[in-house]
Amino acid sequence: MSITHHLDDATLMSFAAGALPSALSAVAAAHVAMCTRCRGEVAALERVGAALLTQLPAVGMERAEPETPSDQRLPPSQQRRDRSAGPMPSATPLARLLPGGLAAVRWRRLGFGIWHHRLPVAGSGTLGLLKVAPGRIVPEHGHGGAELTLVLGGSFHDTTGRYRTGDVADLDETVEHEPVADLGLDCVCLVASETPARFRGLFARLVQPWHGL
Amino acid sequence: MADLLRRVAERADTTAFRELYQTYGPRVKAYMMRLGADAGTAEDLAHETLFTVWRRAALYRAEKGSVASWIFAIARNLRIDRLRREVPWQQLAQEHFEEASGEALPDAALSEKERQARVHAALSNLPPEQHEVVVLSYLEGLSHGEIAQRLGLPLGTVKSRIRIAYQKIRTALEDLR
Repeated sequence: MSITHHLDDATLMSFAAGALPSALSAVAAAHVAMCTRCRGEVAALERVGAALLTQLPAVGMERAEPETPSDQRLPPSQQRRDRSAGPMPSATPLARLLPGGLAAVRWRRLGFGIWHHRLPVAGSGTLGLLKVAPGRIVPEHGHGGAELTLVLGGSFHDTTGRYRTGDVADLDETVEHEPVADLGLDCVCLVASETPARFRGLFARLVQPWHGL
Repeated sequence: MADLLRRVAERADTTAFRELYQTYGPRVKAYMMRLGADAGTAEDLAHETLFTVWRRAALYRAEKGSVASWIFAIARNLRIDRLRREVPWQQLAQEHFEEASGEALPDAALSEKERQARVHAALSNLPPEQHEVVVLSYLEGLSHGEIAQRLGLPLGTVKSRIRIAYQKIRTALEDLR
């Protein structure tokens, strides 16, 4: 996969720090899982976290001696490993978001060759999948905050460039854009917004009932 | 540190583990307190962080990152899960997953100490206004928008300070990658 559009440095730092809003974090993690370059950046940024953590003045532990619980006395190699979810996930972010894969997604038709599927997310922001038929346009819109769009299939272009599978459009509140799906395949994207997109004109009135696009 | 962890992974060596616990436990506790936990909760989370280290020691790969980065990543994920009650999406880059392969590995010959020293130096050389936004991200867990609000700055200014700060740290690490 040749990825040409990456996460912004400021987004990467916030992600590695654990400060990025949850919806944006999900998309950032999905891109990082696909992108060697961004994985390297996150690793470097975790060194920064390690440096800040080890520089903190130590706060004495009440339990100075660790009591090893009996069920944890087994050598680690013999213990059952949870390889799917929990705080230390090993399954890929996409597998966690879409356990049945893209084929199992139940799309909601918005009209104009556009479909949407909302994904649950904790905290502020919205997360969802967007499918746009070849050649169709997502009408011009701006954002109240950051927006991350990761291409999962097909491709699209706007004034900021062409985006193919694995590419991420990391746009902030200053950008207004009107993405166009390229010809050939449906363009499927994972989209997170800090705040819902603000559409102009007719489309806004049409999709308003599905607030959270 | 990598050696202590190897002893834990291979022999369930409790002496090695105690040393890791005493080195990192009090720091992780301090980290959790900075992020808003009371002392008791912070201690529980520090304890859990270190026991996650014990349980997952066999998954750690020294060539993918330092022990301190790995412990930071574990603590960060626990903090998102317990203190923010959100889903930690970050995967642990320092661990070995069957599905990942063909990673570009950093040159193993370069000492981990040297890398850490460079990061420390780069951080302490940042001008105060850049250091501040980095600390607010890592040690207070504030998003760009929250930092902007806290400091009364435009969002764009916060982001550009973070970008410049990271650029400097990256330059410091460049020839080591």
